[in-house]
Amino acid sequence: MIDVTVNGEACRLEEGATLSSLLALLRLEAARLAVERNRRVVPRNDYAGTLLEDGDRIEVVAFVGGG
Amino acid sequence: MPGGPLTIAGRAYGSRLIVGTGKYPSFEVMRAAHEASGAEMVTVAVRRVDLTRRSGESLLDHIDTRRITLLPNTAGCHSAEEAIRTARLGREAGLSALVKLEVIGDETTLFPDTEALLHATRALVKEGFTVLPYTSDDLVVARKLRDAGAAAIMPLGAPIGSGLGIRNLVNLRLLREAITDLPIIVDAGVGTASDAAVAMEMGCDAVLMNTAIAGAGDPAAMAAAMRKAVEAGRLAFEAGRIPRRLHASASSPPEGLI
Repeated sequence: MIDVTVNGEACRLEEGATLSSLLALLRLEAARLAVERNRRVVPRNDYAGTLLEDGDRIEVVAFVGGG
Repeated sequence: MPGGPLTIAGRAYGSRLIVGTGKYPSFEVMRAAHEASGAEMVTVAVRRVDLTRRSGESLLDHIDTRRITLLPNTAGCHSAEEAIRTARLGREAGLSALVKLEVIGDETTLFPDTEALLHATRALVKEGFTVLPYTSDDLVVARKLRDAGAAAIMPLGAPIGSGLGIRNLVNLRLLREAITDLPIIVDAGVGTASDAAVAMEMGCDAVLMNTAIAGAGDPAAMAAAMRKAVEAGRLAFEAGRIPRRLHASASSPPEGLI
């Protein structure tokens, strides 16, 4: 198991988890999001190939109302 | 062409009114207001997805993105670094290089930190962003932003959400005189239709507003009023107003009186 942080919350995942599997687990639709891993934006085409590592800090953001 | 399009970084927009997506009582009300405004560009904010309490409804379900361009903002950022990070996420989420760049320098007025703004503008232009910076009405700062590669200058008329209107018309005039090669978009401070008309009459290229519409008693009606005000103000500017004079000048002929 690996421990990562997602939007500030601790999260325990199986070894071999990718960004795609994390988003699926969270039931999030990749098309409308942006994801940062350790302060670097991950292009959405790379989610499936991005293997998560112990200690990773993930941010998942979306558009909300604003001015 | 009178009332011609607004051009930002080579792309033409049919409307000179840019509106927000925040503070609406519901998505339905927002959608109706967007419709009534005629706006072709709306601002959006970038925030963490709430992983514990997801409603299923998304802002993007309520914006017709075939007709409306999204303008992601960096609202709430207090440093160049945060703003740059947020802009990069906005670009990935929206697949567009447009950003309304905001770096807040003061909590009660939400006035911009223009030094950090300039720094972030330079960095983001280098990364290929089309940067629309929310700034003060200071023409020296505006010139520096232009030289840094900003695609427009977006001076505040008054503090964000204050509804005070254009507080310093003279500064805005000087800014218009100094910046002739980039659009000037008054961003923030508008309270009602006449405020928007004033900005347009003095030659600003567009007006951006959120609270004035979203917070109005009837947002769709206010959006329609703003649309007319922006169009009227632009037409008046292009038509060329008469000079102000101190004394009367009769409109009817002085001869032939009985």
